[in-house]
Amino acid sequence: MQYFPFVVVAWILAVGLYGIVTSRHLVHQIICLIVVQSSTYVLLLGVGYVTGAVAPYYFDVKVHTPAVDPVVQALALTDVVVEAAVTALLCSFAIQAHKRFGTLDPQELASLKG
Amino acid sequence: MKPAQRRWIFLIGAAGLVAFFLWGLFGLPGFGRYPGPYGFIINSIALRQTYATGTVSAVNFGYRGFDTVGEEFILFAAAAGVSTVLRRLRGERERSAVDEAADRDVPPTSGAVRMMALILTGPIVVFGWWLASHAQASPSGGFQGGVILATAFILVYLAGEFLVFKRFSPVGLTDAVEAVGAGGFAAIGVAAVGMGLAYLTNFLPKGQFAGAVSSAGTIPLISFFVGLEVAAAFILIVAELLEQTLLIRRGDG
Amino acid sequence: MDQLLAFVVAVPLLVAAAITAAGPLLGRRRRLLDAIAILAAASVAVMLAVIMVRTAGGDEVYWFAGIRPARGAVIGIDFEAGSLSAGLALLAALLVTAAMTFSWRYFQRVATHYHTLMLTFLAGMAGFCLTGDIFDMFVWFELMGVSAYALTAYRPEERGPLQGALNFAITNSVGAYLSLSGIGLIYGRTGALNMAQIGVYVSRHPASQLVVVAFLLIISGLLIKSAIVPFHFWLADAHAVAPTPACVLFSGVMVELGLYGIARVYWSMFGQALGHRAAISHVFVALGVLTAVAGALFCFRERHIKRMLAFSTISHAGIFLTGIALLTPLGLTGTATYVAGHGLVKAALFLCTGIVLHRLGSVNETWLHGRGRHLRVTGVVFTLAAFGLADLPPFATFLGKGYIDDSAWAHGLPWVMGVFIACAILTGGAVFRVAGGVFYGLGDAPSEDAEMAEMASEETSETGSDKQRTPLTMIIPPALLVACAAVIGLITQLGRAVQAAAIRFEDQAGYNATVLAGAHIAHPVAIAASESTGITVTDVLTGTGSAAGALVLACLALYWRRLPLLRRGYEPGAGLTAPIQRFQSGVVNDYVTWIVLGLACLGGVLALVVR
Repeated sequence: MQYFPFVVVAWILAVGLYGIVTSRHLVHQIICLIVVQSSTYVLLLGVGYVTGAVAPYYFDVKVHTPAVDPVVQALALTDVVVEAAVTALLCSFAIQAHKRFGTLDPQELASLKG
Repeated sequence: MKPAQRRWIFLIGAAGLVAFFLWGLFGLPGFGRYPGPYGFIINSIALRQTYATGTVSAVNFGYRGFDTVGEEFILFAAAAGVSTVLRRLRGERERSAVDEAADRDVPPTSGAVRMMALILTGPIVVFGWWLASHAQASPSGGFQGGVILATAFILVYLAGEFLVFKRFSPVGLTDAVEAVGAGGFAAIGVAAVGMGLAYLTNFLPKGQFAGAVSSAGTIPLISFFVGLEVAAAFILIVAELLEQTLLIRRGDG
Repeated sequence: MDQLLAFVVAVPLLVAAAITAAGPLLGRRRRLLDAIAILAAASVAVMLAVIMVRTAGGDEVYWFAGIRPARGAVIGIDFEAGSLSAGLALLAALLVTAAMTFSWRYFQRVATHYHTLMLTFLAGMAGFCLTGDIFDMFVWFELMGVSAYALTAYRPEERGPLQGALNFAITNSVGAYLSLSGIGLIYGRTGALNMAQIGVYVSRHPASQLVVVAFLLIISGLLIKSAIVPFHFWLADAHAVAPTPACVLFSGVMVELGLYGIARVYWSMFGQALGHRAAISHVFVALGVLTAVAGALFCFRERHIKRMLAFSTISHAGIFLTGIALLTPLGLTGTATYVAGHGLVKAALFLCTGIVLHRLGSVNETWLHGRGRHLRVTGVVFTLAAFGLADLPPFATFLGKGYIDDSAWAHGLPWVMGVFIACAILTGGAVFRVAGGVFYGLGDAPSEDAEMAEMASEETSETGSDKQRTPLTMIIPPALLVACAAVIGLITQLGRAVQAAAIRFEDQAGYNATVLAGAHIAHPVAIAASESTGITVTDVLTGTGSAAGALVLACLALYWRRLPLLRRGYEPGAGLTAPIQRFQSGVVNDYVTWIVLGLACLGGVLALVVR
């Protein structure tokens, strides 16, 4: 089961993409986008794990104790906060779309075609 | 494309893409077997070089600080985008007569919610502030602390009415605080340049005790600015979204 | 270390933050706000020009926070500037300056947000070009993306911008997250985020499955950004509805940045490791040719001027990809020169369209027929730019196309030249049709297409007042851009200088040594023999031929009702309507489906090829 977390990554990615493709509601679609990004967090944090190691905080732990990779944690934490803001931006598009089109169904937003 | 067609085409494509992805994933060293060297080198030198016991923050605001500037400005641009898209347009009035009528039907806030919100607001502000200022010591930092600080303001909305919340966080001030936070981070980098060092070099004194509040040079300072920016950005976003509940009633009253 | 490289990104970011902080003060003083923003963009352009000239003799590396490689590994972030990357960033800065000059005073603005978003967009583009770290590249890619999404939805009072922005945002975000997956994958194997270091590690170990998958995933986001078929559907939607200055940037430089990213990822990280140079080249040449042809066909059929220009960008993106995919210095030189010329000329075309929108209030070609006759200067600039788009000598586009054709010919793909001439004729013909019909009233009005008409007339004016004259700040930028495009083509040393830069770009060993060991490579090792950059007779013939062919096609399109052969109701391009509409449906679910299917196919092909 050494690769189980990575199988989960692929699964989450597939689920998120399936949600986007079959969605009939814009907010649902935007949340599925978050699901797709979650798969990247699992991947990043998964590759940085070291079995039997501690968290990389040396307040009460000596410096040369084996610790997990801090770099992926740094990448993931900034990404989470930024994604929340970008999702807010997309949701604001959805709000205005609802006001203009009267619907939140992406398949009914038909003003641009061809 | 008809939905059924689309689903089939997607399933075929996804099967291929997932198989391809898994094929690559099985080339990784295996869960728990991180090969290094990036993480291991940082773990062994970060404490000595930056006097920060919180290595993740040392990476975020020190070694990969330039990345974090970019991420922070993504947040900044997203908040600016939300403000642009949700601005008040022609034909929308901010407060219709219905909303202001003295005898309007105000659904009462539950007493329990009000009490909990008011009790929690103070401690949450302190908690958020504590997180934002201890980046170099513990698993905390500007991003985490900033989000929690923003929730304190949102609790005010939960406890009372939206208009009270708005009075606590006027748009101009929030915008300015956000810009100071983002600009402050970029400016610290320029200050380093002004001293003849590379952009974002950690030029402040490292302090005596590693992991103390006043240690690790620019890391806590940057974390403070980031906290300001993140908190202001989320307050702004929530305020804009909540304001839409007033504006969406076009043509009423 | 010289600090100029840091300032290139720090200046626009700081000015963007400063503008927002001083929002209440600046909100009413529009001229001051405009001036500050234009000055910031112009200063970035000047800095990049200096860097571009300075790096002609060797790449420059800048280590942020002074963190140099330790124990043989890179632990910080670097900027690695070469002439090609600095040149592309310079194009971005120039176009931002032009776009903001165009919107001086007349553009409907919301507080300070427009300027803030344009400046963060610029910072993202400059950072993307110059960085040497793959995750940093992703960060600037996201910054570019978010600024672009917000700029597309700039006028939410109409329906189009919202749909366009949503389609744009969802497809590009999916791409960004796929790229991030690729980055995570390669980090999991190499433990490095620096491109040079990854390149060194990956080339020392035999090409494993992980390398192929990581390569495809990382470039998937870039392929979507570059609007390569079948990942291109979002571009037309975004262009149709974004405000003119944003369109200038999208077509002029954002799409090209995606292609630059693909070239950078290949040459600096995966080139040596993947091997199978010929096979990979064929795969991407095929993709490029497909994109070029599809874009050209869609372009000719459009009546909405901005969408037509968007499809022409897609066609050109295909040509650029082919130039890169030939994997030779001359091919890359051709793409670089063509990108410069195309960016300038396309920006001029969009700005002229913006003037038409400002004066006449529409971008519907059918409605506009004959109404632009009094816009004489605009008409002239537009026509000249159209010649530039059709690869007439001496525009830089002609030079670039010539190099790509020469390189293709030398590598056993002579038919590529014929295909590209056809594409140039189709796209040039469409633009000449617009020029002739709108500005000179030639021919009969193109037939009315109800849906096109509705879509184009939804595009209401984006400017405030005074429609009686075209202000100087609107007409001078496109005129200058077209002049630049023509002048660049006349610089005789250009070909050789760009090819030297291209050779340096393709030298992976040299890149690695420059970044990791601080070496100064005076003479880069060329992957393939550097070829002659002289202009051959064939080039001149093909260039003039495409321009002439485009004119002929435009005349056919304008006068088809009077020609006996075509009178039976067959209008050029009419038969394409139905199939095109089925694909370009405007529904983002469809777009993502095509992305997934396209990536699966591409992945399968690469897996077979690299085994």
